Amino acid sequence: MQHTSLKQLATLLAGGKASSVELCQDYLDRIERLNPQLNAFISVDRARTLAEALAADERRARGETSPLLGVPIAHKDIFCAEGWRTTCGSKMLADFVAPYDAHVIERCKAAGMPCLGKTNMDEFAMGSSNETSYFGPVKNPWDKRAVPGGSSGGSAAAVAARMCPAATGTDTGGSIRQPAAMTGITGLKPTYGVVSRYGMIAFASSLDQGGPMAPSAEDCALLMNVLAGFDARDSTSLEREAEDYTRDLNQPLAGLRIGLPKEYFGAELAADVGRAVEAAFAEYRRLGAKTVELSLPNTRLSVPVYHVLAPAEASSNLSRYDGVRYGYRAPEYADLTDMYERTRAEGFGAEVKRRIMIGTYVLSHGYYDAYYLQAQKLRRLIAQDFAEAFDACDVIMGPTAPTTAFDLGAKRTDPVQMYLSDIYTVAVNLAGLPGMSVPCGFGDDGRPVGLQIIGNYFSEARLLNVAHQYQLATDWHRRVPGGL
Amino acid sequence: MQWETVIGLEVHTQLNTASKIFSGASTAFGAAPNTQACAVDLALPGVLPVLNRGAVERAIRFGLAIDARINRVSVFARKNYFYPDLPKGYQISQYELPIVEAGRLAIQVGGETKVIRISRAHLEEDAGKSLHEDFHGMTGIDLNRAGTPLLEIVSEPDMRSAQEAVAYARALHTLVTWIGICDGNMQEGSFRVDANVSVRPKGSDTLGTRREIKNLNSFRFLEQAIEYEARWQIGEIEDGRSIRQASVLFDPDTGETRMMRTKEEAHDYRYFPDPDLLPVRLDEDWIDAIRAALPELPQHKQARYRADFGLSAYDAATLTASRAMAEYFESALDALIGSQGLHTEDGSVARAAKLVANWVMGDLSAALNREGLDISQSRIGASNLAGMLARVLDGTLSTKLAKEVFAAMWAGEGEADAIIAARGLRQMSDSGELERIVAEVLAANPKSVEEYRAGKDKAFNALVGQVMKATRGKANPQQVNALLKQRLAD
Repeated sequence: MQHTSLKQLATLLAGGKASSVELCQDYLDRIERLNPQLNAFISVDRARTLAEALAADERRARGETSPLLGVPIAHKDIFCAEGWRTTCGSKMLADFVAPYDAHVIERCKAAGMPCLGKTNMDEFAMGSSNETSYFGPVKNPWDKRAVPGGSSGGSAAAVAARMCPAATGTDTGGSIRQPAAMTGITGLKPTYGVVSRYGMIAFASSLDQGGPMAPSAEDCALLMNVLAGFDARDSTSLEREAEDYTRDLNQPLAGLRIGLPKEYFGAELAADVGRAVEAAFAEYRRLGAKTVELSLPNTRLSVPVYHVLAPAEASSNLSRYDGVRYGYRAPEYADLTDMYERTRAEGFGAEVKRRIMIGTYVLSHGYYDAYYLQAQKLRRLIAQDFAEAFDACDVIMGPTAPTTAFDLGAKRTDPVQMYLSDIYTVAVNLAGLPGMSVPCGFGDDGRPVGLQIIGNYFSEARLLNVAHQYQLATDWHRRVPGGL
Repeated sequence: MQWETVIGLEVHTQLNTASKIFSGASTAFGAAPNTQACAVDLALPGVLPVLNRGAVERAIRFGLAIDARINRVSVFARKNYFYPDLPKGYQISQYELPIVEAGRLAIQVGGETKVIRISRAHLEEDAGKSLHEDFHGMTGIDLNRAGTPLLEIVSEPDMRSAQEAVAYARALHTLVTWIGICDGNMQEGSFRVDANVSVRPKGSDTLGTRREIKNLNSFRFLEQAIEYEARWQIGEIEDGRSIRQASVLFDPDTGETRMMRTKEEAHDYRYFPDPDLLPVRLDEDWIDAIRAALPELPQHKQARYRADFGLSAYDAATLTASRAMAEYFESALDALIGSQGLHTEDGSVARAAKLVANWVMGDLSAALNREGLDISQSRIGASNLAGMLARVLDGTLSTKLAKEVFAAMWAGEGEADAIIAARGLRQMSDSGELERIVAEVLAANPKSVEEYRAGKDKAFNALVGQVMKATRGKANPQQVNALLKQRLAD
């Protein structure tokens, strides 16, 4: 059952060949078996999951037929889910039980999708390797010496190891796409504003976007139908007509213009990754697409711009973790200031503190113009690059990350090297565009390679179509790691 | 040396929306601690602000009322600092692009009109309250107030005395309650004033270093604090010390200001645009609709009272001290005009207006003050007052009798005509009856008659008194005077 797509699971449930309770038990058993090796989940609550599964089965018995009714899903531990411990990968929230549901959780509940558990992640989504989690690193199911990528590394590993049929993730600078690439699964970061941020614990508000992670593009399309939608509680949520993200899956690709930015094929790109994505381009040409070379000249600025803006917003977003109302509070302190200092020194990990300090610095009096304002200007130039590129092509492709999954600990002491693993993904967040990662082969080390597909605003259905047609012609997305 | 005090005010007005500026929680005052704080107010992980349209509407209303520029695009920014009653660790406020800029408000001081420029008014959220008592050395936090919408109104340093500052604060208080954006309750903190005070040699055109007196919640404290602060600053400078920019608190018990923090100790608030909120874009139709729905403003009413009724600037200002007062005055006058068929052309409307004004500002205000009532709670309604004044205008009641009727009406004895009939208070209009009484009084007081004829004016007053006494006050004093003089001359 663990090698089954969402569509197949839905068919099994609809045909009465399996119940949601049975499905969930099966997945929970697999989680129980594999999680000690992989550490993909922070919280599992069998009774709660099975109660939700039973409710889904009852809804079906009453005649309800929503497409994913009873199909379970795992949620990144960044989404508040009522009654679930919601930690955001931090000691600060290690014992925080959310008293309300995020919009994404509400949508999944309304669709009748039981929650299999809360997945591990980099602390407050700050990281590219899942090593900053207070709950320990996640292992890559393809090679347990390797990281799964981050920050949605737990969701990625859980899907790759088929501990769940699908999971939610969030992507601020590549946190859905990069771990998807490193674990050989499919992930979509939607256009900013398509998925509500309400109840999704904020890292960098102008960049954060939730989205689906699953084996295939078709799975992601089905999930997008659940996750996307206007939410009045998020002022940046876009009020648009509901769309069916599966509608274009079967469109042929003849005439598709694929833009290949030369900046995505620089010296930092590992040769094996380059070969895998080149092979994918060849496959697309066989499917009737043509490739055009183009340039995104300001792309090289995206990592530094990102590392000004994201920490600036984060430094403010994380001020609420002060030990006053909820979450961690230092056990001993002399006065109010001491309580703040100890609480935050003890409750946050090193990477989070590094970014809070950077963010505080760039917003400070005398530095704001030189850093924050300058970065905002460059952000517009980066978006402008894409706008011009989409005159010449329908989608942009390139590698999702410059290398396959690196070894645990390899970059832990060098934050800049770590930041550069997002070099191809952060520009998409800065521009607010949708982007995907699709498995397209393996590196010399046997670790997966991801192909990134970037589209214009609101082109999610087109991206899913482009990915799905590729997946009809290839089987990379059906490969599962052995030895688990 | 002659010194000049320079004052600018920052006033925080609580907007009277039913729910908070960024959440759906209630803004009602006085609930049990933390019962009106929802997930957004508590700054739980993952929550987001959604702007209350009603707060924006009230800010626009205010901007239009002070002839300000309404910025078609304004931006919310985060003001970052840590404090236990600030749940998010930042306050959402407006910084570089406020919703209202460049307005003005006229004030009356010592019979003169002065225009105070208002540089900006911006929307922001209030913080919660820290409760330092009752927790045995610990601090309690009440977040009911957190997220209450505020309009911070910032004046230019245009005031030159504590009296001007108080006049401006009062005019602003009148305006925000008049246009219905704030309940004006100063005890509950709905209208809080910070005063920036500096001094400079008279004639200088550069500003001195200012100190900001925080959080004054009464006009009296505002006046006392500014006067003390200005004296203190002058003393410092005259003693050869310089003023350091600082925030200070006024202690009403000692009547002194004391240092809170210097500028060097001030926070770096690290303002930046709030990424959770889009810029506020206003469309013209909405602004036009708000403008159309504005009530006639106090300054416009004052001009009209002076032009149409010939009232003095003082009377006009007093009658427009609140919208309820002006409405009371106008409805009493309208009732009187209607019942008496008065006309503008013959001056009878102006006379009636002066009569109504005198009663509203005199006996009615005194009665209200005595019982601590607002005019909206008056025991005598505007139409009932007009009913009584109609009897004054038609000569039925003397001023003295009118006061008696007023007191009876206040005591709940009914309308004027009923009281007049029940008490037989009708002014004596039968001249035959009065002539008979005058004759009797003259006959009974030969001594006074003699003294009067010998040139003692006092004797005449005694005779008037005797007649009034004999008529039990119902005689028309003018008529008594005339009759007496006529008889004595015979």
